Amino acid sequence: MAKQFLKGNEAVVKGAIIAGVNSYYGYPITPASEIAHAAAKYLPLVGGTFLQAESEIAAINMVYGAAASGERVMTASSSPGISLKQEGVSYCAGAELPCVIVDISRAGPGLGNIAPEQSDYNQVVKGGGHGNYKCIVLAPNSVQEMCDFGILAFDLADKYRTPVYILADGFIGQMMEPVEFPETVPDIPKKPWAILGTKETCVNVITSIELDPDDLEKHVNKLQKKYQIIEEQEVRVDEYRTDDAEIVLVGYGIASRIAQSVVDQLREKNIKAGMLRPKTLFPFPKKQIDKLANSVKSFLTVEMSNGQLVDDVRLIVNGRKPVHLYSRVGGNVPSIKEVHDEVMKIMRVS
Amino acid sequence: MNDKILKKSKAFFDVYERKSGSDKLTTTYCPGCGHGNLHKLIAEALIDFNAADKSIFISPVGCSVFAYYYFKTGNIQAAHGRAPAVAVGAKRAHPESIVISYQGDGDLAAIGGLEILHAANRGEGITVFFVNNAIYGMTGGQMAPTTLIGQKSMTTPRGRTLKNEGYPIKMSEIIATLEAPVYVERVMIGDAKSIRQARKAVRKALKLQIEKNAFCFIEVLSACPSNLKMDPKQGIKWVQDVLQKYYPLGVKKDISEEFERKDVSRDNFDPSQLQNILNITESKIDKGKIEQFKNNEFTHEFRIAGFGGQGVLSLGTVLSEMGMRHDYQVSWIPSYGPEMRGGTANCSVKISDKKIGSPLVANPTVLIAMNGPSLDKFENDVISGGTIVYDSSLIDRKPIRDDVNIIPIPATKMADELGTTKAANMIIIGALIKKLGILSIDVVLDSLGEVMKNKKLVELNKKALLKGIEYIKSL
Repeated sequence: MAKQFLKGNEAVVKGAIIAGVNSYYGYPITPASEIAHAAAKYLPLVGGTFLQAESEIAAINMVYGAAASGERVMTASSSPGISLKQEGVSYCAGAELPCVIVDISRAGPGLGNIAPEQSDYNQVVKGGGHGNYKCIVLAPNSVQEMCDFGILAFDLADKYRTPVYILADGFIGQMMEPVEFPETVPDIPKKPWAILGTKETCVNVITSIELDPDDLEKHVNKLQKKYQIIEEQEVRVDEYRTDDAEIVLVGYGIASRIAQSVVDQLREKNIKAGMLRPKTLFPFPKKQIDKLANSVKSFLTVEMSNGQLVDDVRLIVNGRKPVHLYSRVGGNVPSIKEVHDEVMKIMRVS
Repeated sequence: MNDKILKKSKAFFDVYERKSGSDKLTTTYCPGCGHGNLHKLIAEALIDFNAADKSIFISPVGCSVFAYYYFKTGNIQAAHGRAPAVAVGAKRAHPESIVISYQGDGDLAAIGGLEILHAANRGEGITVFFVNNAIYGMTGGQMAPTTLIGQKSMTTPRGRTLKNEGYPIKMSEIIATLEAPVYVERVMIGDAKSIRQARKAVRKALKLQIEKNAFCFIEVLSACPSNLKMDPKQGIKWVQDVLQKYYPLGVKKDISEEFERKDVSRDNFDPSQLQNILNITESKIDKGKIEQFKNNEFTHEFRIAGFGGQGVLSLGTVLSEMGMRHDYQVSWIPSYGPEMRGGTANCSVKISDKKIGSPLVANPTVLIAMNGPSLDKFENDVISGGTIVYDSSLIDRKPIRDDVNIIPIPATKMADELGTTKAANMIIIGALIKKLGILSIDVVLDSLGEVMKNKKLVELNKKALLKGIEYIKSL
């Protein structure tokens, strides 16, 4: 299989194109702009549309229009841009429109800076906009996964008629690694509900309005049922040396790469450390963490936020074992040494 | 002509099943409201032009949010202000369809001001109907951007003032200043004569989309008797006598005669060409050569730093690509953003025979310093027993460390001798290949053609590489 040395931000576009993406609407923002650059370069060549929208808000609403029209459509941004898009994402979720949103998150709050941070966890994983909805969230930790999830995201979006996020950080977007491209042909399901500008579809309507509280409750419950099925069927998780682990590091994205190196170092010293990496943040690997909570002595969540992922881990561990947090913010990435020392500290105390 | 308007168009549903409540035959619009009339004019035109089946109606937030109760067309209901953006998504997806973006004054001129401006400026092949009744209807009579000076509303209880709210906005005039819009007219739902003029405008605008994908903008002055607290007749009279005075009717722009049909189609694509388009090509490097050479049990962590323009980042990517072609695991990570634009640049590269955990490099095994500040900044980070390669033609001082291998190379001077300063990074790569012994010189030379984006530079870079190799041999 052909290998290419690529930036994460370019790999996700190539994955999307392999998945048969029809259109891209987006607004420039560091550190996500290379996604727009690649989309601008390639989409017209594959018979698609690239349009630089006038704003983040316009972009997500163009996505809404294209998704309603039956397209495979995507957008990408970084944290402040995602904040702006949230209303539109809520509309997509409410109207059950499949689309893909890439968030190359950066440091906040406010203007913050453009260095990597993972502080979008709450606004991406917990719904983020108004209303009772959630989006599927994929969390790649390599350039290969940026490509692979670029394909998977569209399949999941269409399968469940829901927006799907690819949540990465500035480093996953900016780094380069080899990518092997799968030789797959896009498998795009029929969308009889979509608006195609044809006689057959001119009785279709795409909306999220339900005036009657009972009707809206029914609709919201239907969405929750869908999320439940997603939780049952779509959890993806990477467990690394957890079999006999006494301490398990939990992290996603770039933090999981660091955690993995720490685990290797600790194992060399015969310290029984392992790592659990959620590849899907929603659905969250509840069962896997629940199981580990019975066997390990403690958890250490490693994240580049003020402790957002750790809340979800603690909910599942539910007080059975200590769940520690090692966090760096502001655009700082925890070093292997820092995390290593933190584990040693925890192990000494316990 | 009027008879025809009064007859229910086939572009409407016979019975409004989507409407809640028991009355499925009448609309949700208040008596005297202009929406009903405008809906009729649009529906009539769609049937007359045989376009209803291929029409996509974008309904806004506001009283016309329920346009999909009535129109038997494809219907997409948009977020507040975003109908033109949603229309763009639909029209680009289906260039053959007829896309109608329908908005009120708050929706179009306030919260959605940006979307309409840019859709118009791009000349999207859509038709925009803008209902201006100078008030927010559905939310209960608040000030609209088009509310007149002195006009009372729930949020201008003493009347709109210049001091606090400023002038009412004239959207048709604004849109008409742009290059791309083809036809912009303001009409009115008032007396029969004005409705006839409105009908003409609606038909012309839709026809221009059907025939030419022309962006047309029709502003429709309309009454909202409920929020004006008037009876329907008074409301319509107010539109004619008062509203029209500030918003003069008429054509604001019309270049429809000379406008040539806009091509909104997408380019052709042959899926069998996908790999070529994405530059996904199999490496032609002899696998035998790689196998013969392959090293085991090593991880090199490089920090490469220098001025912007010295090829620091590409030194890293070329090194990584060479590593990849040896089937090693590789990663490259830049310091990115404003730093990159500020004059200094650095990147981290890992090459290993094992899976790479963290791609970040805190303590490099090899530091490549292309300028003085880089040596100053990173010298102490290098692991004991590591290597510092530095450009001795640009850096005056020697490294202080005595526990690392030190390799001075006058790379810039050597590159100048080759005719271009830019080859300095390749000279350093050559030196590294020789020094570290993790890459096959053969494979590297064979790979250059694949790795270099600019094929004209392959020969020059080959020379530079060999120069670097020779330099190490000569030490």
